[in-house]
Amino acid sequence: MKKYLIIGGSIAGVSCVEGIRSRDKEGEITLVTSEPFSNYGRPLISYYLEGKTDVKRMSWRGEDFYERNRVDVRHAVTAEKLEPEAKRVLLSTGEALPYDALCLCLGSHPFSPRFEGVETVENRFFFTTLSDALALEKTVTKTSRVLVVGAGFIGLKCAEGLRDRAGSVTVCDLAEHAMSANLDADCAPILEKHLEANGLRLMLGDTVERFEGQTAHMKSGQTVGFDVLVIAIGTRPNVSLLAEAGGGVNKGILVGEGMETSLPGIWAAGDCTESMDVSAGATGLLAVLPNASLQGFCAGVNMAGGSERFDKGIKMNSIGFFGLHIMSAGTYTEPVYTELTDTGCKKLFAKDGVLTGFILLGDTARAGIYTSLIRERTPLETIDFEAVKKEPSLLPFGQDYRAKKLGGAV
Amino acid sequence: MKRVYVNEEWCLGCHLCEFNCAFANSGESDMVKALKGKPIRPRIRVEGDDRITYAVSCRHCLDPLCIRSCISGALHKEDGVVCIDREKCVGCLTCVLVCPYGAVQPGPDGAAMKCELCLKNACGEPACAAGCPNRAIVYEEREEGQA
Repeated sequence: MKKYLIIGGSIAGVSCVEGIRSRDKEGEITLVTSEPFSNYGRPLISYYLEGKTDVKRMSWRGEDFYERNRVDVRHAVTAEKLEPEAKRVLLSTGEALPYDALCLCLGSHPFSPRFEGVETVENRFFFTTLSDALALEKTVTKTSRVLVVGAGFIGLKCAEGLRDRAGSVTVCDLAEHAMSANLDADCAPILEKHLEANGLRLMLGDTVERFEGQTAHMKSGQTVGFDVLVIAIGTRPNVSLLAEAGGGVNKGILVGEGMETSLPGIWAAGDCTESMDVSAGATGLLAVLPNASLQGFCAGVNMAGGSERFDKGIKMNSIGFFGLHIMSAGTYTEPVYTELTDTGCKKLFAKDGVLTGFILLGDTARAGIYTSLIRERTPLETIDFEAVKKEPSLLPFGQDYRAKKLGGAV
Repeated sequence: MKRVYVNEEWCLGCHLCEFNCAFANSGESDMVKALKGKPIRPRIRVEGDDRITYAVSCRHCLDPLCIRSCISGALHKEDGVVCIDREKCVGCLTCVLVCPYGAVQPGPDGAAMKCELCLKNACGEPACAAGCPNRAIVYEEREEGQA
């Protein structure tokens, strides 16, 4: 019987189990996770703080997932060393687990530059795991002044989640605009205005130079007093387990279309990987939950002898702040359509005859039609792109496409 | 499995499917009470222009991107039907971001909403198909890949 080993129990790891079990009902699956909790979607943690979900409902595939899929799961255990020659992984418990097929779903870790005096801050947190959210929940009170460093989507979602729990929430970022990785200078001000109207204090183009207890001295010379600090500057893929074993790594673990690494018998999936971004025509970090899920499933199928491909990977995000929805996808190449109002915006980007990216703020209805154009690299000359630009619908795709999609099982 | 299929050549563009859908999913037993004077929120949508019309609702895909992409695990399959646990849904709308057919939308409470073939409401079978005056919408079994 084949021995499968999965390191990581978040979305990629769980999806890997689903992939394996779609082909192999018998093989022995062992899953090792540093998480004390059963499977949950990490992006849910801000919704938890906001009161939109709870620990029980957060379970992605149900509390009984591992049991149903006959997985030997080890919680709160980490993998310390990979020995590819011996085909085994050494655990923090001292145990050595052998494998025939291994999938590394190692995730990422919060990144922080070295802030002078950060050790003098008593209440400081990252915001990537449920444990982080639970710790924040305990610490933040109605009078707490919260300072979030980083106005990307992790920092802003954290700020949104904490607004009603805290006295005040300030978010600073060295970038001139909020969500600078996702929005451009046209779209970002609409979000910024909305966040401020909903009670967040933004300090953009400014960041902390040094900390002194409960005071942040900013680059601009201003000082910010706070009780709770959240550092949400970014994340970095966890690659060391494979890198130290001699596997191919760039920013993330390098994988092929089947999610195989450079080492035989070893696959990788999720935020720890670097894979082909079809909208950019280059490899990159595609660290969002849908990709982790698709990659994990793909790896699992292939570990069980199948031939699944993850070959439509792009970055994509859907996120809302205080009722304002933002969706973005792909790569921002050449702008081909812009709609800008006081409360929303829409931007489409195309290159070499295919849609490569979009930003939608406000009206996000049927955005998936745009996402699909990017993922499928649909030649824009084959559809009525002028009509799609204005309104996403299936009309500009022509009758044959609709007959196939609406008249058959897809 | 049985799915809702659309034959656009037969569609009159009457939008009756939208009203029947909204009514079937309203939980009300009286159509006037359910719909009159209220914005309707159907899970099927008639698209088109002055020449062509057709209705779009969830395709209940064989390998649904929405289920793989759902951050909360609210979207799932029940006997092939793509269903949503609206208690688990946090309203992030990643499903709207990935559905290639534009067939998922936010409901009035912010949680996502989609066609579940009326299998869980009083109608018991898709109200859109049952009430389509020209059989442009049908609910039937078709072979995979057969148009």
